[in-house]
Amino acid sequence: MSQFEQSPSQTIGPFFRNALIEMTANQNNLINENTAGQKIIITGLVLDGNSQPITDSMVEIWQADANGYFNHPADPNRAKADPAFSGHGRSEAVNGGRYTFTTIKPGIIPGTVTPYINLRVFARGMLIHAISRIYFSDEAENDNDEVLNSVPAERRHTLVAQLDPAEPIPTYRFDLNMQGENETVFFNP
Amino acid sequence: MTQFNPINWKTHPPYIHPPYRSTAKRGPLKKLLPLPQKLSELTGPVFGADTVNELDSDLTRNARVNGEPIGERIIVVGKLLDESGNAIPNALLEVWQANACGRYIHKVDQHDAPLDPNFTGCGRVLTDANGEYRFTTIKPGAYPWGNHENAWRPAHIHFSVFGTNFLQRLVTQMYFPGDPLMSLDPIFNGLPDENGKKRLVSDYAHDITTPEWALGYRFNIVVNGPKETPFETKEA
Repeated sequence: MSQFEQSPSQTIGPFFRNALIEMTANQNNLINENTAGQKIIITGLVLDGNSQPITDSMVEIWQADANGYFNHPADPNRAKADPAFSGHGRSEAVNGGRYTFTTIKPGIIPGTVTPYINLRVFARGMLIHAISRIYFSDEAENDNDEVLNSVPAERRHTLVAQLDPAEPIPTYRFDLNMQGENETVFFNP
Repeated sequence: MTQFNPINWKTHPPYIHPPYRSTAKRGPLKKLLPLPQKLSELTGPVFGADTVNELDSDLTRNARVNGEPIGERIIVVGKLLDESGNAIPNALLEVWQANACGRYIHKVDQHDAPLDPNFTGCGRVLTDANGEYRFTTIKPGAYPWGNHENAWRPAHIHFSVFGTNFLQRLVTQMYFPGDPLMSLDPIFNGLPDENGKKRLVSDYAHDITTPEWALGYRFNIVVNGPKETPFETKEA
């Protein structure tokens, strides 16, 4: 038995912007000139059950560096982690429900086979955030990923960001569909 | 790796809570799928002392333009713990709130109540080595919202909490004891259990109240803790 019970979640509400976005600059740009790795852009819409953009939502990501290491004490490879990369990003999706991150393609975390990014979405109208993952369409080893393979085949595509070949910087499109035929897979870790 | 307790859905609200109307089209409808807890789940952003400055935790001073903000000055303290009672140090807490009149600085808030030129209602603080935090602010006012006829949010302070890993991330709201609007609020009542609701109501803390200065409130926050394996010791 746990001594203490979890404090329950409540909605982020519509007014988070001044505190969570404006008080810290550039949270949706995870890189600087010293960061190692392939620069990429990930962008997408947060859409409700009527396919309308959720213009008071926020997306957070957490990812490994270009070598698959985390700058965190739980990672046995922390000493090798890129000091110029925190791994955490945050983007409001206020303008038309679009979020955007500039980051690097994560490396493969030891013990896994393909790169991915952990994601959370928060919004007014969500009493608790939802947890998902971003995989990349140009990774051949996705087919061997334990988590992707645990997802029903017809829903797997909702976790895979699509590389847009038209963009000079590799740009991946990843919409979050909160409901509907293409509802994004959300997890309960 | 040490596994953590999952989200306790007996305590946390569901995605769809019809009395809070906006939830209907925004929460996932399909069943959540299991996700093994691996390194990517058991790590998270690390915040250093340079993340915050002293003024960040004093909302009565961090936005002054031409004087003091109006309203009842309060001090909010608390401890960030996991379910085993371990204090969580160096965790970033971000707070935001309405001013004393129930108006947010946010441009979308068009409630017909005055803005306070000396108050943004935004702050940040890191927990100390004992997992404790403290900030000074103005008691927020109640405000109307469009959910239903004569809908008013009880006074509250929003909290965004980073624990030590991805699983401990929490966004919640702190309420004030004795507020009659809580029992009428579909957001507060989205919580499925009465004990969970109580955990979001701060306590008046006379030991924190400072003579001739400000009233004190205490609000402890508990996030997922490591899974306890009671037989492990015997087997070892």
